[in-house]
Amino acid sequence: MKKVKIYVTLRESVLDPQGSAVMGALHTMGYNEVADVRIGKYLEVQVDDSERELDVVVKEMCEKLLTNTVIEDYRYDVEEAVSK
Amino acid sequence: MKFAVLVFPGSNCDLDMYHAIKDELGEEAEYVWHDTKDLSGYDGILLPGGFSYGDYLRCGAIAQFSNVMSEVKKAADAGKPVLGICNGFQILTEAGLLPGALLRNKNLKFMCRTVELTVVNNNTMFTAEYAKDQVIQVPIAHGEGNYTCDEETLASLKANNQIVFTYTNDNPNGSVEDIAGIINERGNVLGMMPHPERAVHELIGGTDGLALFKSIVKQWRESHVSHA
Repeated sequence: MKKVKIYVTLRESVLDPQGSAVMGALHTMGYNEVADVRIGKYLEVQVDDSERELDVVVKEMCEKLLTNTVIEDYRYDVEEAVSK
Repeated sequence: MKFAVLVFPGSNCDLDMYHAIKDELGEEAEYVWHDTKDLSGYDGILLPGGFSYGDYLRCGAIAQFSNVMSEVKKAADAGKPVLGICNGFQILTEAGLLPGALLRNKNLKFMCRTVELTVVNNNTMFTAEYAKDQVIQVPIAHGEGNYTCDEETLASLKANNQIVFTYTNDNPNGSVEDIAGIINERGNVLGMMPHPERAVHELIGGTDGLALFKSIVKQWRESHVSHA
């Protein structure tokens, strides 16, 4: 079994109002060195070994459901999962 | 004319939509649960507002894979009117029936008030009963109505007159080009953030939304009278 760690972020070209609000708060707190904040999502998906290639399956899931490619980008890492 | 009002887990404007059709428009309406596998008996499909599947992951993201959505695609391909309001609009963009996407409101607030809309395109089956550039009063209630798309899509929306409604003076959500509602290229799938089904009676603050539903019925009658 594999653990797939998926990171979803808004595309560079898309404004991130939440990130801007958080950056404003950090500046108010005195962290003036903060140049930008982007907020995204993190998903952990456990995948059983199968005949289908993992990269193909993960990309399909990301592009069909887990992200909206009109506004979001994604990347992922794969680790061995310890079965419980 | 018989309308299907789709109901997803978390829809909450389905009752408003049903009563607008049944009591104010005087046409037939039925609630249709999201796992229905046949919409062939309906002349028009309505996707109401709400928070389908709790807005989990993204608004409309999970609803797009409900059984009924493949039927909605069939209805759209058959040229039937498909109208998505608020969460219904979000579902239609996620399902790829309309281009672009809806982001969090620019000011991060849930906006709930009546706004002025301009009818930019009255040459559609949804807006024929309005005048061109008519300004109408329609309520909004959304946290993620900030319409966005890439420049290429925006150019084609403009070139094909697919921008149907814009916010007149005061854009509540930061949408590109003040867009409040768009239609597909074929002209039978409309998505909009404002709620015309909540503007169908003086007692609830206005009737400017009614003409949208009347337009659909009029067009349907005209196209079916020859077959009668």
